Amino acid sequence: MAEMTVIEAVREALREEMERDPSVFTMGEDIGARGGVFLATEGLLDQFGPERVIDTPLAEAAIGGIALGAAVNGMRPVAEIEFGDFIWPAVNQIIGEAARVRYGTQGRRTAPLVLRVPYGGGVRGGLFHSQSIEVAFSHQPGLKVVAPATPYDAKGLLKSAIRDDDPVIFFEHKRTYRLVRGDVPEGDYTIPIGKADVKRTGTDLTVVSYGLVLHYCLEAAATLMEEGIDVEVIDLRTLRPLDTDTVLESVRKTSKAMVVHEDTKAGGIGGEIAAVIAEEAFEDLDAPVKRVAGPEVPAMPFSPLLEAEFMPSAEKITAEMRELAAY
Amino acid sequence: MFSEQSSSPTPGLSDNGSTVPDKYGAGPPPLTDTDLLEMYRTMVLSRKLDQRIWQMNRQGRAAIVASAQGHEAAQVGAIRALDPERDRFYIYYRELTTMLALGVTPLELLLGFLAKEGEPLSGARQFPLHGAIDRDRRDIVSFSNVVATQLPQAVGVALADKMRGEKRVTVAYFGDGASSMGETHEAMNFASIHRLPVIFFCENNKYAISVPISQQMNIESIATRASAYGMPGIEVNGFDAVAVYEAVGAAANLALSGQGPTLVEAVVERFLPHTSDDDDTRYRPPEDLEGIRDLDPIPATEKILRASGTLDDALNEEINSSAQKIVNQATEDAENAPFPEPQDFYEQVYAPGSPGDQS
Repeated sequence: MAEMTVIEAVREALREEMERDPSVFTMGEDIGARGGVFLATEGLLDQFGPERVIDTPLAEAAIGGIALGAAVNGMRPVAEIEFGDFIWPAVNQIIGEAARVRYGTQGRRTAPLVLRVPYGGGVRGGLFHSQSIEVAFSHQPGLKVVAPATPYDAKGLLKSAIRDDDPVIFFEHKRTYRLVRGDVPEGDYTIPIGKADVKRTGTDLTVVSYGLVLHYCLEAAATLMEEGIDVEVIDLRTLRPLDTDTVLESVRKTSKAMVVHEDTKAGGIGGEIAAVIAEEAFEDLDAPVKRVAGPEVPAMPFSPLLEAEFMPSAEKITAEMRELAAY
Repeated sequence: MFSEQSSSPTPGLSDNGSTVPDKYGAGPPPLTDTDLLEMYRTMVLSRKLDQRIWQMNRQGRAAIVASAQGHEAAQVGAIRALDPERDRFYIYYRELTTMLALGVTPLELLLGFLAKEGEPLSGARQFPLHGAIDRDRRDIVSFSNVVATQLPQAVGVALADKMRGEKRVTVAYFGDGASSMGETHEAMNFASIHRLPVIFFCENNKYAISVPISQQMNIESIATRASAYGMPGIEVNGFDAVAVYEAVGAAANLALSGQGPTLVEAVVERFLPHTSDDDDTRYRPPEDLEGIRDLDPIPATEKILRASGTLDDALNEEINSSAQKIVNQATEDAENAPFPEPQDFYEQVYAPGSPGDQS
C-alpha cells in the first residue's frame, strides 16, 4: 500500500495501462511536455514518446472524433478534455456518435474509448472552470459514466474504463485531485464499473453521493455520529449504469434517503435516484426523499463567498441530515 | 504547398481525361478500356437502382432516399483508384454508386431502403446506407446523418493505422454542405499536422439542401482551402470518371508513401432534390439544370467507350438489360423479405455481458 492523491492514482493507472497494452494511447491539450494542466500525464511523454502521448490543437470536436475513429479502428484511446467546461464542441462526437456506434451498427463496430474529464468547482474556477456536467452524459444510453471520489477508486475504475469495450466518460473532480489522499495497493487491480460502494455503514439514514461532496457527506456523518445519528453513506462511483440495487438495499434498511450532489438540482442525478427509490421502495420509506444539490444558477461564481454559497458544504449537509433524521 | 484547379469547374467530360498535374507524383496506372467498361457497368446499375428506389419512394414503399444521380462518375472513379480490400471508407448518405463499386449488392441496398431484415449495415435500425459493413468483408462505415462528423473519425482511423504501421488509405467522403462545419476544419488540420494517410473526398454538388454554393462560401473552389492546411488540393470534374480516378490515385499514392492527406474536390451536379422529402422547385431555378443533363456522365462515358470501339449497340443493350434484370430481381426479393422483429431491440446497447447490457 502507498498513500497517494487522486491525481497520482489517475497517472499511475494510465501509466500501467499504457505499459500493459500497446493499443492504449493518450491525447489532449497540453498533455505532452506540460504533463497536462493538472499534471495527470506528467512523465508519460518521456516514457512513451510523442506517438502515444499526443498534444492536440485546441479542438475538442477533433479530440472526441479522432479518439472515436481510433477506437473504432482497434485502439484504446484515453483522451483528456482539459476542463469539463470545454467539452461541448465534442458532444456531437460523444453523445451524438460514440454512444450510438455499437447500436447503430448492430455491434459491427465498437468504440472502446475513454474521455477523461476534470470537472467540478471549489477551485476558484468561476463560471467556465467549475461546471458539473456529468448529468448530460449520464442521460445517454450507450455511454458509461464514472465519477470516482478516492484515489483507490480512481485507479481501479480508470483501469476498468480503459479495458471496457464501450465508450466511458471518466469524470475526475478537480478539487479532489490534491485534496483527497488515500491508500492505493501496489500494482494491478480493477474496480467494476456499475458498482456503488458503501463508504460508511449506518442504520438511521441513507445518503447517496459521489465526487467531492461525498467527502463532505462523510464529514457530516462523523459529526452526526456524536449526536447518536448513524448515517450510511453510499458512493455511486458509476453514474451510468446506476447501481440501484445497492441504493435500494440500504434504503430498505434505514427507511430514510438523501441524495447529495454539487450539480444543480432540477433534472439532476438526485432526481433519478429519488424516482428509483419512490418506484421500488416507497413502502419502506419513513420520510420523503431529500435532495441536497447546487442552487439553480447557471454556474459557480468566482469570488470566494459567492463560490461558497453555491457549494453544498459539510455544514449544510449536516443540517439537512439532522433534519431528515428527525422526521 | 499547392492547390490546383485541374479542370473546368463546370462538369463536362474533358478530352483526354488526364487532368492531374505532374507535381502530385506518380499517378495511378492508366485505365484500360476494359476498366472503363466495368466502371460504366457500375454506373448504369447504380442509375437504374437509384431510379427504382426513387420510384418506390413515390409509391410509398421506401421511406426516404438521397439520390446519387449525377454523382455516379465521381464515385466510381474514386473507388477504381483505391483498394476495396485494403482501404477504409467513411462514406456519407449519397454514396449508392460507391457502395455498389465496393461490392455491396443491389439486394442488400434495397433491403436498407425498405428497412427489411438482413440489411447489412445496421439491421435496418438506421436510415438506408447507414451503419457499417462487417469489417472482415469491407471497412465501410457511415454512422451518422450529422454532416462532417465522419471527418475527424476518419482521421482517427488513419491515426490508428499509422500507429500500427499499416499501409492503408482512409477516405472521408463529404459534400459541399459539410465543408462548412467546424469539424471539417479540425479534421483537415490534424490530419495534415500528422501527415496521416487520408483522402478528403468532397462531392461538391453546389447545394446544401436548398442553399446554393454562393451562400455557403465566398470562394470558387473548396479545393483551394487545402493550401491553408499545408496539403495538396485537387479540383476535378466529377462527371469525368477517368479524371477522378487519376486525382484520387495521385492522392492515394501520397497517402501510402507517407506524404499525408489530400483534399480532392469532385465537382458534380445533383440531378434530383436533396432527398425524396425535398422539393427543389421551391429554390432551384429551372435554368440551373438546363444543359446539365446533356453532360450526364453515363451517356458521356458511353460515348467514349463507343469511340474506342469498346462498346457497341449489342453490348450496351446487354449491360442495360442485365442491370435492369438485377434491379428487378433485387426489388422482388427485398419486397418479399420480412421487417425485422423487435426481439433484438435491446441488444448491442452495451457490450454483451457488460454493465448495462439488457440483452
